[in-house]
Amino acid sequence: MSRKHTVALVGNPNSGKSALFNALTGARQKIANYAGVTVERKAGRLTLPSGEPVELLDLPGAYSFDAASPDEAVTRDVVKGTFEGEVVPDVLILVLDAANLEQHLVFAQEVLELGRPTIVALNMVDLAERDGLTLDPEALSEALGVPVIPTVAVRRRGITELAAAVAEAETHADEEAHKRWHLTLPERRLSAKHMARAAILSKSTRHTIENGVDRILLNPWIGPVILFGLLFVIFQAVFAWATPFADALEGGVGVLSAGVTDTMAPGIFRDFLTEGVLAGVGSVVVFLPQIVILFAFILVMEASGYMARAAFLMDRLMAGVGLSGKSFIPLLSSFACAIPGIMATRSIADPKDRLTTILIAPLMTCSARLPVYAVIISAVIPETTVGAGVGLQGLVLFALYVAGIVGAMIVALVLRRTVTKGAASGFIMELPRYQLPRIKDLAIGLWQRAWVFLRRAGTIIFVATIALWVLLSFPKADEGESQLDASYAGAVADTIHPVLEPVGFNREMSLALVPAIAAREVAVSALATTYAINAEDEDLAAQGVTERIAALWTLPMALAFLAWFVFAPQCLSTIAVARRETNGWKWPIVMVVYLFALAWIAAGATYWIAVSLGL
Amino acid sequence: MTLDGFDSGRTARITSVNWAILAEDEGKRLQALGVDEGAEVAIVHRGVFGTRDPLALRIGNMTIAIRRAHAAAIEVEAA
Repeated sequence: MSRKHTVALVGNPNSGKSALFNALTGARQKIANYAGVTVERKAGRLTLPSGEPVELLDLPGAYSFDAASPDEAVTRDVVKGTFEGEVVPDVLILVLDAANLEQHLVFAQEVLELGRPTIVALNMVDLAERDGLTLDPEALSEALGVPVIPTVAVRRRGITELAAAVAEAETHADEEAHKRWHLTLPERRLSAKHMARAAILSKSTRHTIENGVDRILLNPWIGPVILFGLLFVIFQAVFAWATPFADALEGGVGVLSAGVTDTMAPGIFRDFLTEGVLAGVGSVVVFLPQIVILFAFILVMEASGYMARAAFLMDRLMAGVGLSGKSFIPLLSSFACAIPGIMATRSIADPKDRLTTILIAPLMTCSARLPVYAVIISAVIPETTVGAGVGLQGLVLFALYVAGIVGAMIVALVLRRTVTKGAASGFIMELPRYQLPRIKDLAIGLWQRAWVFLRRAGTIIFVATIALWVLLSFPKADEGESQLDASYAGAVADTIHPVLEPVGFNREMSLALVPAIAAREVAVSALATTYAINAEDEDLAAQGVTERIAALWTLPMALAFLAWFVFAPQCLSTIAVARRETNGWKWPIVMVVYLFALAWIAAGATYWIAVSLGL
Repeated sequence: MTLDGFDSGRTARITSVNWAILAEDEGKRLQALGVDEGAEVAIVHRGVFGTRDPLALRIGNMTIAIRRAHAAAIEVEAA
């Protein structure tokens, strides 16, 4: 037996491939992009019973090699060994949904025709049993000519057997299999029917739970009510549940900052740590709990099978602006962060639909806006109630979310009639079977997203904060001169202020926008740092950013600043990911230009209206 | 008659599919999902009130969502 180096998982979408991948590799996973295409490459380490490690590759789900989506093309090219920069997998694990054999065997034959060493994982046998199916893996193995291992990935059943079978698999191609099959699609479908029939020992006429549950969840009246109720609960949870964790993190940063102040001698390096690093990065890390909570809901919706139902319910509404229900999923993710949202557009097959969704994703109110909204609202909007249990501050926050959504819908409508004009998009989507999500799979998914967020805080935001601190701190002001006026940052502010003055921005606000290009939440620490450095005396320096804003900004100015952040493309990572996902600079530039234009107009309109109303 | 006008819940047999009026990749996708001559399908759910779009189709052991425009390209008879 020769050594094996790579093993790849192939199978239809919704065959439980990713759960199997998690069960086989645990958290030892690496996610990257395939070179040159926007399809994700998921690889992890699988340890064979002998202790020998192999690389396990989770290929994108495919219904056929002869189909349209970029995902399927990658799967085809990798298993055929024609994908540049990727080695041919030594062994394939073909994943079949035991309850959906007849359908999954169609693609299975296409894979087996390649004659590669293959093992079949007959997955989700528990769901098949739930549906009243008794299966005969040996009959299936005989019909296919390869080993068949029954598995339940989410319960880790059959995982060791599968690893053992991989170790046993011969790594040379099976020429015979290659000759045995060479069928057309209708022939494959017919033989899939025969094979499925032979493998099914008994079939009771038990009703699947899908129909019953879907009768409620997809009901034209009740379904949307449940969906919007759920969305309401999600957003409620994001704010309410995250508060104690956010407070704890904030307290931690405060303790750290106080510790640094106490132990270090006053000087430039201490200022750098407290004003730059801790104030800047700390103000961002505080939002980790909200991101984790929002993603927990999204991951549960996806893993349980409900997300596809949400797409089904939303399709009609999305069609109204020229999109399809499939765009709903990336747009919902964008409320946490536009980066994973834009990456999630990969599931949209139609290129124009996908492009439109990428271009409007930054308008969904991501969690990075919350620090900005929270600080400005608490500084200038009074804490009054406007009705039963409804506070004015909450109402303003809600209005900002709505403004983003409405803006996105209008932009989508305009884009679909102009730059992304084309045939009305279709909506073809499998509604997967309901399944209880596994905690470990959720934990892996949450960890990956939290890590992306923290890495961003640790890199882009860190660098932007430090750069701003340096620009604000040097050169040092002379006696009687304000530090802001003397600094390099002051010169930058003077340059861009004329553009923003008509929409009501003062010099500090204009300056805060510059580092906030890197990431919106930096605006808060930028204002904090600016006001701290520029304070004329110790009393002012001790005041928080909220008090300074309350004292120095008028209401129209603050509202204009909020309106700016609803639209402005203040996030380098989003622009970078848009470039990667559209393979070029053209669309990110279009995105940046239209968003800045919208931001300027929205801020201006808000300011002028507020001033003329005498606010 | 075409599938979009067929009663919900009853099983229909596809007699022909008018591939020409579907976008090429949509046709391929539907075919890969098993929508083809001879297949038995049933509409199990219809979308929001008014337009009743999209449709959820049971085909084999799978449920797929399609739009009425797709269903209008599928000729069926009662199975």
